[in-house]
Amino acid sequence: MAQHAFFFDGTRCSGCKTCVYACKDKKNLKAGSTYRHVYEYTGGQTRKDEQGICVSSCFSYSLSMACNHCESSICVQVCPTGAMHKEEKYGVVLVDESRCVGCGYCHMACPYNAPHIDAISGHSVKCDACIDLLNKGEKPVCVLSCPARALKFGEAGALQTLGQRAAIAPLPDPKYTQPNLFIKPSRDTRPYGSQDGVIANPQEVK
Amino acid sequence: MQTTKLGISRRTFIKTGGALAALAAVGGSVPLGSLFRHDIPQIYAETPETFVWNHCAVNCPGRCALKLYVKDDEIVRVDTYSMDTDDMDEIQPRACLRGRSYRGWVNHPDRINYPMKRAAGSKRGEGKYERITWDEAIEIIATNYRQVIEHYGPEAVYMNYCTGNYGVTARPWFRLLNSIGGGFLSFYGNYSLAQLMWITPYIFGSKVTAGSTLDAADDAELVLVFGSSPVETRQGGAVSHHDYVRLREKTKGKVYVIDPRFNDSLLGHSDEWIPINPGTDAALVSAIAYELIMNEWVDEEFLHTYCVGYDEETLPNSAKGQNLSYKDYILGSGYDKQAKTPAWAAPITGIATSRIKSLAQEIGTTKPVFVIQGWGPQRRSNGEMTGWSICMIPILTGNIGLPGTSNGLREGSYAIALTGLPDGTNNVKASISVFSMVDAIDRGSQMTEEADGVVGVKQLPYDIKFVVNWAGNCITNQNSDINWVHDVMSDESKCQFVLGSDILMTDSLKYSDVILPDLFRLEQPSLIGTGGDGAYMLAGSSPTSVKFERKSAYDAATLIARALGKEQEFTEGKTQEEWLKSCYEQSRVKDPLLPTYDEAMEMGVYTRKNPKGPTIIMESFRKDPITNPLATPSGKIEIYSEKLATHISNHRFADDDPVAPIPIYAPEWYGVETTTKEYPLQCSGFHYRGRLHSCWGSLDIMQELNPQEAWINPTDAQERSIKQGDTIRVKNQFGEIELPAKVTPRVIVGTVVMPQGAWHDANMNGDRVDKGGNINTLTTHRPSPFAKGNPQHTNICQAMKA
Repeated sequence: MAQHAFFFDGTRCSGCKTCVYACKDKKNLKAGSTYRHVYEYTGGQTRKDEQGICVSSCFSYSLSMACNHCESSICVQVCPTGAMHKEEKYGVVLVDESRCVGCGYCHMACPYNAPHIDAISGHSVKCDACIDLLNKGEKPVCVLSCPARALKFGEAGALQTLGQRAAIAPLPDPKYTQPNLFIKPSRDTRPYGSQDGVIANPQEVK
Repeated sequence: MQTTKLGISRRTFIKTGGALAALAAVGGSVPLGSLFRHDIPQIYAETPETFVWNHCAVNCPGRCALKLYVKDDEIVRVDTYSMDTDDMDEIQPRACLRGRSYRGWVNHPDRINYPMKRAAGSKRGEGKYERITWDEAIEIIATNYRQVIEHYGPEAVYMNYCTGNYGVTARPWFRLLNSIGGGFLSFYGNYSLAQLMWITPYIFGSKVTAGSTLDAADDAELVLVFGSSPVETRQGGAVSHHDYVRLREKTKGKVYVIDPRFNDSLLGHSDEWIPINPGTDAALVSAIAYELIMNEWVDEEFLHTYCVGYDEETLPNSAKGQNLSYKDYILGSGYDKQAKTPAWAAPITGIATSRIKSLAQEIGTTKPVFVIQGWGPQRRSNGEMTGWSICMIPILTGNIGLPGTSNGLREGSYAIALTGLPDGTNNVKASISVFSMVDAIDRGSQMTEEADGVVGVKQLPYDIKFVVNWAGNCITNQNSDINWVHDVMSDESKCQFVLGSDILMTDSLKYSDVILPDLFRLEQPSLIGTGGDGAYMLAGSSPTSVKFERKSAYDAATLIARALGKEQEFTEGKTQEEWLKSCYEQSRVKDPLLPTYDEAMEMGVYTRKNPKGPTIIMESFRKDPITNPLATPSGKIEIYSEKLATHISNHRFADDDPVAPIPIYAPEWYGVETTTKEYPLQCSGFHYRGRLHSCWGSLDIMQELNPQEAWINPTDAQERSIKQGDTIRVKNQFGEIELPAKVTPRVIVGTVVMPQGAWHDANMNGDRVDKGGNINTLTTHRPSPFAKGNPQHTNICQAMKA
C-alpha cells in the first residue's frame, strides 16, 4: 500500500466552496449533509479611534478539509463493528455500510469533523476520496474542481515535501492521529493550538 | 434521479406502463404473447451513462464548462473541464460551486413547466397563476401587444434588463420586437457598471472599456486594487478568480486591496488590506494626488504629452484662466478652495494621515504601478466621479501603456468573440437609462433629456405599457427600492401588460400577466466565447429531452411572431440551431483559427493563449499618441473634459449631485459623511460566492452553506447588544429587512455590509419586513447624476436585534 494524502495550498484558497459542492454533487448529498468543509478562521480587531481613523489587526484565512485518512485512524479504532476500516490500496478510510450500526462513535471520536451519521440511511458517511475515480486512474472530484488549484491528492510521501502535516489552527495537534493532510500555509496562518482567532463561520461547517 | 438497484428508473417504469396500457386499450381478444413480457432483460439492463458538454450562461464572464453526465434522460452528475495539473498557466474553465450545483436548480420544485396567466382576481405581485395552453398564452400576448402598438406605438414597448441567460442565440427578444412592430424603447447602461461605463469615454474615449489583463501585473512592482474582490465576482477557473490568485503568485510587486470589507480575495493575506470608508475612494485618491504633486512624484512629461487638464497649461481655451485644472482642485486654488491634504482626507476615508502619505510615497517612487478597480466603488451616487478619480493614480504617475501597468479601470480580458443572433433594426430613436424602467412606467411621458437622461428625443412620448421580462429578476429583486417598485408595478392602470418568461418562479416573475416556461441554456444547443488572461469558447448540446411544456426562448418568440404575422421576418426560415451554425460560420470568417462547428461541439471546450502575451491597455497610444490617438475630443486622456462641461451646462442636476468637468470627491447622498441620528450606519452590498446576483438564491443547498448575513463590526455590534448569529433588523427610510448577523472584524466600523441577490420575502400587503434580507429593500431609486445609474451601495441604515 502507498498511503495517499490530500494537499491544501492555503495561499491559494479563497474559501469559495467549489470543492464542497463538487463533492455534494458527486455524492448526491442533500442539504444537511456535507463531507468536505471550508472553515473560516478569523482573529484580530478592526477599530476606529476618536478621530475616526481605522486601525486593523484583522487576519483571516480559509481551510478546506474532508477526511484526512489518518495514519492512526481513531475512527477505525473506536468502531465497535469493524465497519470503519482502512482499505489497502490507497490507505483510504472507508465505511462498510453492511456492518455499520450507526452508533456514532466515529463521529464523536474524529478530531476533524469527518464522519457523521446520515439520518436517512442510519449509518456513518464520509469522504472516501472518490475511490471509484481513483480506481479509474482519476482524482477525487474536489481536487480537480478547485478554480484556484489549491488542492492535490497523491502519495503522502510526495505531498509531504510540499507542506507541513496539518499543524495549523483551528486543527488539533497532528501527533494524535497523524492526518494525511499536508498544508502550505498562507501568511496569516496561525499554528495549531493558537487562540488568536475563532472559527468565524460555525453555521457553515456543522 | 431515483434508480433502483435493478436499474429501472421511474421514467422507464412509466414508459413501460404506458405501453402496456396502450395494448390493453386495443380491446377484444388479446394475443397471449402480449400478456407475458419477453423483453424483461432489456428493461433490467443497466442504461449506459453518457456525457454531453454545455456551459454556464448567467451574468458572469466565467460561463464555465459543464460536463453533464446523463442517464435515463436525466442529468446525474455535473463535472467540468479540468486537466490534472495545477500549472497556473493552463487555461481551465473549471466551474465554481454554482456550476457544480446545477442539478439542484434544473430540477428545482419551483421550475415553470407550463404557460400560465395571472389568476382571475389576483393582483400583480401576489404570485397566483393558473395553467393555460401555449395557444391561449400566445393569443393574450399578441392581443395586448397589438393594442399597445395601436394606442401608443413601439415607444411604449420595453424589453427589461435581464441577465440570466447568455449565448450566441440566447437572446431573441430584441430581434422579435424589431421584427413584429418596428422596435421598442431601448436602454443604455447596465446594473454592473453604469456610472463607470458612462464616464469612461470622457476620460479615455469610447474605444477603451477596460484595463490590462491581470497577467500584465507580472511585471508590476506595486499592485493597487480599489474596491474589488476578483475571486468572488468572477469565480471560475479561467477568469478573475484564477487569474488573481495567479497574479498574486507571479507579480514582483506588493499588493494592496483598498476596501471597506476584508473581502475573500484577502483571505490569508491580511497585510494587503487597507480598510477604507465606503464611497470615499475619491478622497483618498485626491490626497494621494496632493502628495504626488507636492513631492514632485507626478510624471509632468506624461501629463503634458498625453493628457489635457492637469494644469493651467493643458486646459482647453474655454477653461483657461479660471483655476479649473485638476491641479488647482487638488492644491486648493480652484473649485472648493480646499487643499486635498492627507489630513483633510483622513477623517473622511478612515485612513490615517501617515498611511496616506506612506502609500503616496510608495506609489510615487515605484514603477511600474498596476492599478485596477472593481465595480463596487462606482455603484454609488458619486460613482462617476469615484471611477474617474481612481484612474487618476496611473494617469498622474504615467503608469499607462507600459509593461506592468493598467489604466485604473477593471481588469480586461483576452476573449473569443462570437457573432450573435442579429437584433435587426430598431426604428425607435428614444432610449432611457437601464435604471429608469419603473420611472418610465410611472411617469415616462414626463421624462426628459434635460432632467432624466432620456437620449434620442427631448421627451418620451408615452409611459411604458408593454414589458418583456425574460430570464431576469430585475423588476423587484435586483432593482432598487423594492417597496416603491411594487407599488408602481402592481398598479394596473400604469403598465398594461407584462410578459414574463423564466426557468423558475422569482419575485420579479410574480409581476407578469402571462408566464412562459423557459429552458436553461444548458438544455439547448449553445455556443459562447469568453476569456480572462486566456481565451476560451464553450460549445454544447442538449443533455436531455425537453420536459413538460417548456420551450426555448427562440421557439417561444417564433410563436409570438407567427401570431402577429411576422414569422418569416423573425426566423428567416431558420431554427435556433441553424442560426447557431450560421452565426458561428460568420465568427469563423472573422477568426479563422476557430475549429469547425462539428469539431467545436465534439471538443466542448476550446482554449487559446494570447500569442502576444499579456494585454497592456493603451500600449499603442503610449508608443505614439499622434498616430494612435484616443477617441476623446482632444485625442488625449482628458482630466478636464470640455465635453462634460458642456453636458453639465445642458442638463439639470440637484444641488447635492456631484458634477464637475474634472474628477472630484463629493460625499454620497447616503454615505459615511451623511449618516443621520436615525440612520447612523452606512450600508453596502457585495457579490456573494453562493449566488450570481439572484441566480441560485432559492436553492436549499446553496443557502445552507452560504447564508445571507449582515456583516457588522464588533464595535457597532456591542453598542447594539448584537451577538454572532443573532437575528437582526436593518432599517432605513425605504424599508426594513431581517437576517442573521455576522459579527466580524472583517468590516470597517460604521458600515454594515451584506451580499446582494438574496431573495426578497415580504408580505407586501402587511408589514413589508423582508425576511429574505434583500438589500434592495433598503436601496434608493434616485439615479446617479450623469449615468442615471443604480447607486445601490449608497445607503444609510440602523441595525438592531430583532
